[in-house]
Amino acid sequence: MPRTRFPKQNPEASAPEPEKEERAVQLQDPAAEVAPRRAAPLSPEAEILARAQAGDHAAFAHLYSLHKRRIYSLCLRMVGNVAEAEDLTQEAFLQLHRKIGTFRGDSAFSTWLHRLSINVVLMHLRKKGLPLMSLDEAMEPSYDDGPGRSFGAPDLSLAGSIDRLALERAVAALPAGYRLIFVLHDVEGFEHNEIAAMLDCSVGNSKSQLHKARLKLRDALRLTLNKGGKR
Amino acid sequence: MTFDPKSMSCDHFQSQLAELVGSGADVANHPHIKECEICRQLYEDLQTIADAAKQLLAEEQPEDDLWDRIESAIKKGD
Repeated sequence: MPRTRFPKQNPEASAPEPEKEERAVQLQDPAAEVAPRRAAPLSPEAEILARAQAGDHAAFAHLYSLHKRRIYSLCLRMVGNVAEAEDLTQEAFLQLHRKIGTFRGDSAFSTWLHRLSINVVLMHLRKKGLPLMSLDEAMEPSYDDGPGRSFGAPDLSLAGSIDRLALERAVAALPAGYRLIFVLHDVEGFEHNEIAAMLDCSVGNSKSQLHKARLKLRDALRLTLNKGGKR
Repeated sequence: MTFDPKSMSCDHFQSQLAELVGSGADVANHPHIKECEICRQLYEDLQTIADAAKQLLAEEQPEDDLWDRIESAIKKGD
């Protein structure tokens, strides 16, 4: 999804926390960077943002309508539960309402909001008692129920046979820690170093958890294929 | 004596797979993968899952009344 970059609105404001680890997403024409700022009129989206930052409630409602699907989807994937996802989407937009004045335009607004929302979800998961700081200890499955190594004759191949619904169900059924890493890396596209910073774990830990998540998903999807009699 | 990756066991290879994949190594051309169908299929399945994950970016729609709840909370000063 293209991420819109807005011009600076308030250069004096301090940087909000969500910007610290921003990915460098630069989709704008580089030539636009050297154009005189005063000559460039605000895009419709930038105007809406500027109005929302100035306290215009209708503009804030418009921002909600522009970004609600993206943020709700993110929350839903991370927690795997509709009711929680709606509560977290609400909290994310309430935080946005409180912090919107601090957005300086150093990154795309959508990226900034995305990061703010991830922080809301992580905070929620920590409050629920999910100790994200020690993922290995907290989420390591027991020896019995963990994803096993793959031995024996190969049978079902997943190539070309994964449908979205089956994958959604399998992801929703993952243990919380595995789901979190899988969604952040494979769905949302964060790098391991970014995830490690977000979750306060090591890069190696992030790689290991992602691998185990994929192994778990493979087991679940192969089971679905077996039940469906597909090959 | 040098280590021959072709002769590594599946157990050994799979124990290294997370790091190999995570570090962006050319796993598809790893000597063990070229010799071992089981590990090749495992690797291909994991890559298929990673690729399929992009499907989940498709956006879901929250309930229509969610904005009412947010607006109400804003008015209350939450």
